[in-house]
Amino acid sequence: MTPKLADIWVYLSATPLLGLTMTLLVYQGAYWIYARAGHHPLLNPVALAVAVLVALLAATGTPYATYFDGAQFVHFLLGPATVALAVPLYAQLGKLRTSLMPLAGALLVGAAVAVASAVGIAWLLGASRTTILSIAPKSVTTPIAMGISEKLGGLPSLTAVLVVSTGILGAVLGKYVLDALGVRGHSVRGFAVGIAAHGIGTARAFQVSEEAGAFAGLAMGLNGLVTALLFPLALWLLGLR
Amino acid sequence: MLGAITLLLVYQLLGEVIVLVLALPVPGPVVGMLLLFASLALRRGAEAPLRDTANGLLSHLSLLFVPAGVGVMAHFGRLGDEWLPIAVALVGSTVITIAVTALVMRALLRIRKDET
Repeated sequence: MTPKLADIWVYLSATPLLGLTMTLLVYQGAYWIYARAGHHPLLNPVALAVAVLVALLAATGTPYATYFDGAQFVHFLLGPATVALAVPLYAQLGKLRTSLMPLAGALLVGAAVAVASAVGIAWLLGASRTTILSIAPKSVTTPIAMGISEKLGGLPSLTAVLVVSTGILGAVLGKYVLDALGVRGHSVRGFAVGIAAHGIGTARAFQVSEEAGAFAGLAMGLNGLVTALLFPLALWLLGLR
Repeated sequence: MLGAITLLLVYQLLGEVIVLVLALPVPGPVVGMLLLFASLALRRGAEAPLRDTANGLLSHLSLLFVPAGVGVMAHFGRLGDEWLPIAVALVGSTVITIAVTALVMRALLRIRKDET
């Protein structure tokens, strides 16, 4: 007796294998399109993959939690990947040493502007308190941003979505903003995108050049560190905590 | 390859433990990255397997954000209600942050060049 298609679906949808395999297949499909289009920033593979997966889950009535049972294995790799950033960073040590002061200045200003501009715009346009708290850490990498959001009283899972959206926007818009400003140095371009758009911006920067990628990775790590450390301090100074 | 992955996980674990013990407000992997960076500086470079594994992992960094991104489906209600402030804040803040950071860094690099 051969099992019916519906039975196979019932079995597969209950194992983590399906969510994991779908994530890898859909992402590779999205990346193939992105590569075929000459790494065009508007065809960002994360945005494409997320859109396709959401459509598939909605069409099959699969809850996010079921999907994440499988996808968590990919999500988990964010930790080791963050640690791995030390390797390209070290390769840029010489350049790092000679531009310590400009990097520190750009980091502090960039980290503050990233939070202040997001909170300011959302507040001016009448966003709810929960949304404002969730959007504040949107420029830092997912695990850090979720931790900050939770401490503030935001929704960590909403923050994760806003962080990924920010990363996609930074990867898509970065080139146009920097070209318009006439910023040409790969270290400056990478650093700016890394501050604003964390890992997704960094992934995009690595596709442009190793130097841009290393500075983006550096910016992402430092911004995470600075935001995680200075954010509670700033709130305390403003008397909000 | 196996050794390199183990090394990355060991540094992440060390980072997590340090964060827990010292009650730091920073995530463990970031501390792990700083520790690995320090040890690379001490040993003057990464060996080939670690370099290959790190570059392999980082070349698909954007894949790792897909599961969190799909979480958007759990927030369609709020995003629908507040789409305007959220969209304008994300786009505006991202553009402003990239522009300000790049301009500050470029200006500081030029000042330093003038001094020397």
